[in-house]
Amino acid sequence: MGMPVTLEVLGEEVRATKAIEGAFDYFEEVDQKFSTYKEESEISRINRGELASEDESPEMKEIFRLSEETKKQTNGYFDIRRPDGKYDPSGIVKGWAIRNAAWIIKNLGFEDFYVDAGGDIQVSGKNAKGEKWSVGIRDPRNQIQIVKTVYLSGGGIATSGTYIRGQHIYDPKDPSREFHKVLSLTVVGPDIYEADRFATAAFAMDEEGIKFIEGLEGFEGYQIGENGVATMTSGFERYTNA
Amino acid sequence: MFLAVFLFETKERGGLYNIYMKKFFYGAGIVLLSAFYVIFTRSANTSAVSAPDTAGNPSTDTNTANTPGTTSAGLDTTKPNPKPTPTPTPVAGGKYKDGSYTGSVADAYYGPLEVKAVISGGKIADVQFLQYPSDRQTSIGINTEAMPYLKTEAIAAQSANVNIVSGATQTSLAFRESLAAALAQAK
Repeated sequence: MGMPVTLEVLGEEVRATKAIEGAFDYFEEVDQKFSTYKEESEISRINRGELASEDESPEMKEIFRLSEETKKQTNGYFDIRRPDGKYDPSGIVKGWAIRNAAWIIKNLGFEDFYVDAGGDIQVSGKNAKGEKWSVGIRDPRNQIQIVKTVYLSGGGIATSGTYIRGQHIYDPKDPSREFHKVLSLTVVGPDIYEADRFATAAFAMDEEGIKFIEGLEGFEGYQIGENGVATMTSGFERYTNA
Repeated sequence: MFLAVFLFETKERGGLYNIYMKKFFYGAGIVLLSAFYVIFTRSANTSAVSAPDTAGNPSTDTNTANTPGTTSAGLDTTKPNPKPTPTPTPVAGGKYKDGSYTGSVADAYYGPLEVKAVISGGKIADVQFLQYPSDRQTSIGINTEAMPYLKTEAIAAQSANVNIVSGATQTSLAFRESLAAALAQAK
């Protein structure tokens, strides 16, 4: 996926190290299968028409099924099919993979940890100080700056934005539309898979995205506009106290 | 008790992947706290998602006034109901005050119904449908009026002393450098 993966697991060193290595192995497998940057990945082969749908791996079938479900739930604003007809499931694979990696760690008996892949994070439990994990939201105009901090002891947080890779987000209903008004949209939800897919869909709705998040039970959002003004959902501030 | 942090980064250079890991170890006499929030249950996943489809799925609503057209339904939400927009107030002569007024979202069974009345010269000059019932598969009416309960604030730099950072995919230094180089050529 070409993005940094960071894990922190609290616990006895040897076991924690094993858990982390297990999670990294899993991310490597996911990358081999789903990376559109890898010529021999399963998704690249599908996009070249080299793989029949019945021969797809169970994980690939699951991702396509989940993508279709998300597309319906977002009225088409989430769509892994690009305008050129090729599939790019990265908007859902990332959150799905992070959640699975977190399950791996959880099943090994760890309660306090986080899994961060490219700025999308699943947290569990508390940090080393026994406090909620503090998560800073990056200023889309100045990456080294934090403009908001949320405090979580579980759940997922995902941020969609255009400011790093350029216009890699598009509106499936109008692929030529350029995005200007919203620089980033952060979604906090019960788990990172959910937060990620809805952040992706909501971002494609431009300024309306935050309203979509407002309408979702259990999700909160923080949308940063190009004018430096942020719009947050009505319950977002439950996360802004340590 | 130790905590281990691995920084794992794959960098693509001409199709080859260089993988490096950094290890940071912290010695700490920290008691492991047991989690009080279980997040990895299937039931939590399925119950948390509330799809915004509206047709045939009127949300149960505690604000059911008997006034026609003021029950709030449609967009599935358990948030507090939006502040009702003011209804046109009659002025002398039984006419309405000029302005635009948006009715509450009403459940028209097949989907949400929301109308906006434009009063001009004391009379209804225009009625617009902001949301109207449509087929189950395609109905989603995003209210384009400002939602009064969304809060805005100017963003400002805050302390960077946080455990984790969330942002759109972090770019590598190489990307930034190459971008700067390309821009320099473009000058």
